[in-house]
Amino acid sequence: MNKEALYIVSKIKIAEILLIGCSAGGFSIIYDLVLNFPENFPLPVLIVIHRSRKYKSLIEEQLNLNSKLKVKMAEDKEQIKKGIVYFAPPDYHLLVEEGGSLSLDYSEPVLFCRPAIDATFQSAADVYKEKVIAVLLSGANEDGAEGIAYVSELNGLTVVQDPDFAEMRTMPQAAIEKANVDLILNNLQITELMNEINQVKNLLE
Amino acid sequence: MLTAKLISLEQVEEIIGLVAKVYGFDFSGYSRASIKRRIVRIMLMKQVTVFELKSQIINDSGFFEEFLQEITVNVTEMFRDPGFFKALREKVLPYLSTYPRIKVWNAGCSTGEELYSFAILLAEENLYDRSFLYGTDINPLVLETAKRGIYDLKKMKQNSENYIASGSIRSLANYYVAHYDAVSINSSLKKNTLFSMHNLVTDGVFNEFQIISCRNVLIYFTVELQERVLNLFYESLCPLGFLCLGSKEFLRNEELARKFRVIDKIENIYQKIE
Repeated sequence: MNKEALYIVSKIKIAEILLIGCSAGGFSIIYDLVLNFPENFPLPVLIVIHRSRKYKSLIEEQLNLNSKLKVKMAEDKEQIKKGIVYFAPPDYHLLVEEGGSLSLDYSEPVLFCRPAIDATFQSAADVYKEKVIAVLLSGANEDGAEGIAYVSELNGLTVVQDPDFAEMRTMPQAAIEKANVDLILNNLQITELMNEINQVKNLLE
Repeated sequence: MLTAKLISLEQVEEIIGLVAKVYGFDFSGYSRASIKRRIVRIMLMKQVTVFELKSQIINDSGFFEEFLQEITVNVTEMFRDPGFFKALREKVLPYLSTYPRIKVWNAGCSTGEELYSFAILLAEENLYDRSFLYGTDINPLVLETAKRGIYDLKKMKQNSENYIASGSIRSLANYYVAHYDAVSINSSLKKNTLFSMHNLVTDGVFNEFQIISCRNVLIYFTVELQERVLNLFYESLCPLGFLCLGSKEFLRNEELARKFRVIDKIENIYQKIE
């Protein structure tokens, strides 16, 4: 294994939580990723997508029917557990509290976004520090860049979708400009990384 | 600059301790991730470091007043969650129409938009004249705004959309007068209201109510503080009184939940039955 691959594996080994953020153009890859998670995926997953509160969203229900992991909307003060994929509810920021529980927050939107990817990534990094893997996908604004930079600052593993492969390049591009991102990956490579996380962690269990 | 780097969770603890010591406000039951975001916001607004923040809290009570204003979240709308107000109109107010007096407590009322939404609903159901609405908050500055009932015209578009979605056939414009870029709530909706300071963390029962509405406040509290506050609401409700929580808040404690009946599961409206 080369030095870079060793570094990535060392990050995966200590990871305790997986964060994924996306906005416009990222939904289909989110679907693919969630459906691809194996039953014994070793990390809890928090997903923040920008969506309107005006329409009832069926994302969680649909994914829960077809995914091997349980998929649900995050609830206030819920304990984070492995084997569950949590989505930030529309119109609330999703925050991570000390002790590994979730809380919801109705404060001002960030860059016109509530939920804001930044808010979730920052609060998760405060609690899990270097044990975070954060993935930022396609989007049409710059939410998530601060969050990725903060995860990087606290030595978590940062992954950004290659802007050339993203339907909307603004969001991944902003993150790459703001942070010293560990991995810039195309869609296939992101799926492979998820499989690698699964293999590495489960081998060590 | 990374905003989240401005202050660590350990330093947030220090600020909470300091505020308790110097001013007696206890924020120890607040969710830390939210509090950190509020403090970062204050530090950015005031352009201060953690060191300066601490010394200003200690030495400048005027600064602390502004700190207190910003430390709690004051984001609100009229008729926020239209489905909630529809349920209130259809399931709660008909029940209360048989009561000679209807006392409403809007706890954590912030700038008052929700309380005036209740007032409009009560007026439309011809119940306003026998109603009295109490709005309370920890924050004296938002209470001043609530008392004045003057709001930014720009916000009325969203408010009107909410109002229409709540199932009303009138226009929200019937209830305010617009001057330039602001609107003023009709004085007829203000006469049976009282806004005053009340701290859910430390203050107790002050009256008996037919409806208590506390929406999007409990999410900022730890589970322990949520329980304390829910017990306070239980004690403050008349028999068969109604408790309204935010769309993401619920009665977690089973013992307490048994003392209520669910009126609307989605909108989180409960009735005290025991």
